[in-house]
Amino acid sequence: MSEAASKGVTLEEPFARRDQQREADFLGMYLFLASEIMLFGGVIALLFADRFRHPGAAEQAAARLNLMIGTANTVILLTSSLFVALAVAAARAGKARAVTGWLIGASLLGLAFLGLKGVEYAEDLAEGIRPILGRATPGALFINLYFTATALHAIHLTVGIGLMGWSAARVGRGRVKVPNQSIVIEMTGLYWHFVDVVWVFLFPFLYLPRH
Amino acid sequence: MGKETATLLLTWAALMALLAITVAAALLPIGPVKGAINIGAALAKAALIYWVFMHLKEVSGFLRIAAVGAVVWIVILGTMTFTDIVSRGG
Amino acid sequence: MTDAVAATPQVAHKGKDTAEERVSYLRAGHSLTSWLTTTDHKRIAILYLVAITGFFFIGGAAAALMRFELISPHGMVLSNEGYSRAFTMHGVIMVWFFLIPSIPNTFGNFLIPLMIGAKDLAFPRLNLASWYIYVLGGCFTLYALVGGGVDTGWTFYTPLSSMFANGHVVALIAAVFISGFSSILTGINFIVTIHTLRAPGMKWTRLPIFVWSHYSTSLILVLATPVLAITLVLLAAERLFGVGVFNPALGGDPLLFQHLFWFYSHPAVYIMVLPAMGVVSELVCAAAHKRIFGYAFVAGASLAIAGVGFLVWGHHMFVAGESGLAATIFSFLSLVVAVPSAVKVYNWTATLYKGDISLDPPFLFAMGFIGLFTVGGLTGLMLAMLAIDVHVHDTYFVVAHFHYIMVGGAVSAFFGALHYWWPKITGRMYSLTWGRIDAALIFVGFNLTFFPQFILGYLGMPRRYHVYDPSLQVWHVMSSAGASILAVAYILPFIYLYAALRTAKPAGPNPWGAAGLEWTTPSPPPKHNFEGPVVVTHEAYAYENAPPPRERQ
Repeated sequence: MSEAASKGVTLEEPFARRDQQREADFLGMYLFLASEIMLFGGVIALLFADRFRHPGAAEQAAARLNLMIGTANTVILLTSSLFVALAVAAARAGKARAVTGWLIGASLLGLAFLGLKGVEYAEDLAEGIRPILGRATPGALFINLYFTATALHAIHLTVGIGLMGWSAARVGRGRVKVPNQSIVIEMTGLYWHFVDVVWVFLFPFLYLPRH
Repeated sequence: MGKETATLLLTWAALMALLAITVAAALLPIGPVKGAINIGAALAKAALIYWVFMHLKEVSGFLRIAAVGAVVWIVILGTMTFTDIVSRGG
Repeated sequence: MTDAVAATPQVAHKGKDTAEERVSYLRAGHSLTSWLTTTDHKRIAILYLVAITGFFFIGGAAAALMRFELISPHGMVLSNEGYSRAFTMHGVIMVWFFLIPSIPNTFGNFLIPLMIGAKDLAFPRLNLASWYIYVLGGCFTLYALVGGGVDTGWTFYTPLSSMFANGHVVALIAAVFISGFSSILTGINFIVTIHTLRAPGMKWTRLPIFVWSHYSTSLILVLATPVLAITLVLLAAERLFGVGVFNPALGGDPLLFQHLFWFYSHPAVYIMVLPAMGVVSELVCAAAHKRIFGYAFVAGASLAIAGVGFLVWGHHMFVAGESGLAATIFSFLSLVVAVPSAVKVYNWTATLYKGDISLDPPFLFAMGFIGLFTVGGLTGLMLAMLAIDVHVHDTYFVVAHFHYIMVGGAVSAFFGALHYWWPKITGRMYSLTWGRIDAALIFVGFNLTFFPQFILGYLGMPRRYHVYDPSLQVWHVMSSAGASILAVAYILPFIYLYAALRTAKPAGPNPWGAAGLEWTTPSPPPKHNFEGPVVVTHEAYAYENAPPPRERQ
């Protein structure tokens, strides 16, 4: 962690040096995300186990999901990550207006994702792809895991939108100064990128099994 | 535009390209290799996001391990559970 | 005070020393608000101490009820369902609301910054948030308890928990889920603190073993707890919505629940025992007034226990339907994980060898730990062997095994830590005579309670039953008698430790003559821990430079 990367940054207790503080903040967030890897990794491990125990069921069930919406949502999320990365770059350069703009843009894309997901859920339910409760049908477990995994992801996404909105507001009002406190944007960014990475893995497991 | 912005845009373009490849692979009748392509593309996308967007290219080796090391534990969970499932009698 | 500091020249104190900096952390603010909004790791440690003590007594009350019930071979005061609820609440409270936070969140919080020469943990506000999250989880537990409890066992096995159990299962699952976040945040805080806030000169190879143990524990906290979180989420989804992941009728597999549950819960036992081992390492060195034998091996063993501990979870499922191949692999790895624990026991013994061993209370608790943990560990090896486990699984043999480690071991170490660092935390020394009496009572009471349980298990007494064959009654009565001695032994410190706060003379900075940065600062420490910046110039356990032990002062 270079001293140069942290020039002008506000030093908080109990740190004595800026590079020490920066390393601690990054390590702390990476470790938190490591715990999230374990959380979602458990779900993906289950998807894997289900694929093995019921071969063919995943392909059958996945074929009924809306691949267009899934792909569109992937594009939206990857683009939102670009916006967040641009917000972080702007924060490091001290450009508060750009930070707010990029973060709001990313938040809007996040809301678009949720909106499309809602449309997709509505469509799924209308077509009879619903959480299958209490009846054994082929692909039932896959569909249930689909709803569980995407719901868990959506919750994390919503938290991410909240964090970005809150950061944008604080930077916009001057409560958080860039680049002195750009770490706030960087940490928010790390969280958002991680939510994107989770989707990058859920997408092939849920939408792409096809013959 | 600055060098940093260019890098970010290039990364985004690469992510889009990988997405196109993975969706194409899923839809084309190329047989079971499509599973490998999909997982591979996902890993490549995740690697790009971690390396560029999540700053792994700027931080120390130790922080890089801290960022992605948890995957080892998921592999432990997956493989040992899988061993059990696969080797059960019935 | 400064004389004692000069007598331990492991550190060089430089810089100014303002009057404000010298005020002890206990006196820096008296209102309840100042305590509830503190970010001082020492005060947060005390907040945790109060909370976990409360839960210890609730869980202990459940145990007392159980041991009372078991005096008679027929049901006395509890129905089958009632007994199931008692052992479930006992297990859930003792595991998640007492043992897991006990040493890390009290002594870890208090001591890690002191031991590495830092002013606080890396994220002080996150530390306070962890406590509030823990308390919120505790409130859900109390709600479930007052609502009549839950009968699934602390292990929440499906399909009982997902389909048939009555009671506030989801509330209790939520309680555990919430407390898990407290664990994860604590682990993150400790790891970042140890990596980034070590004082100049405090190299990794100079860290006390207590710090190595807590670092290893924190790795487990961060990596294992989220898997418990997802398991509980899926269990709740199964119970509330019938999702089917664990239900064979819907294509699921109940053994998947057990795989996911034990992937966390086995490493969880190392969360409970590694900090205890860290405490014992400190106590053994102070008892013998010597450096630990084989520092590198003991530090390495902590990491090895944390690592290998993730590979053995299937030994809880030997008779649950796991495949023979998986069972064999898990059995072998379970034997391997005993090796680093044994290394620690050998090294503690070697440290004590030819030492001038003090018999002050903390050191009696530590030696009790070594003996009781060894019995627990050896019986663990027995359980790791498939042929033995088939006979004693789900009997009192297993119950005795884990209580020897968790109670005989971890709780003894907790009491040892309490008696060792009490003068540092409060600035007062307690009655050593009463401390020794308490240590003896705990050792005797514990063995009387739990050794008969090995015999009961071997004779076939199943666990989680309150009705049993009358020929086994004598062992149960012995066990219950022991439990009443234990109850007295657990209550006693409230009297003499509290009395010390009122009447005793102030303790100096280093009443035991121990080595370690925490003993170079006043008792109780000032708010920012040290009276000036800290530079470390000596190796760990530099007992050659430490003051003489208490008996020779």
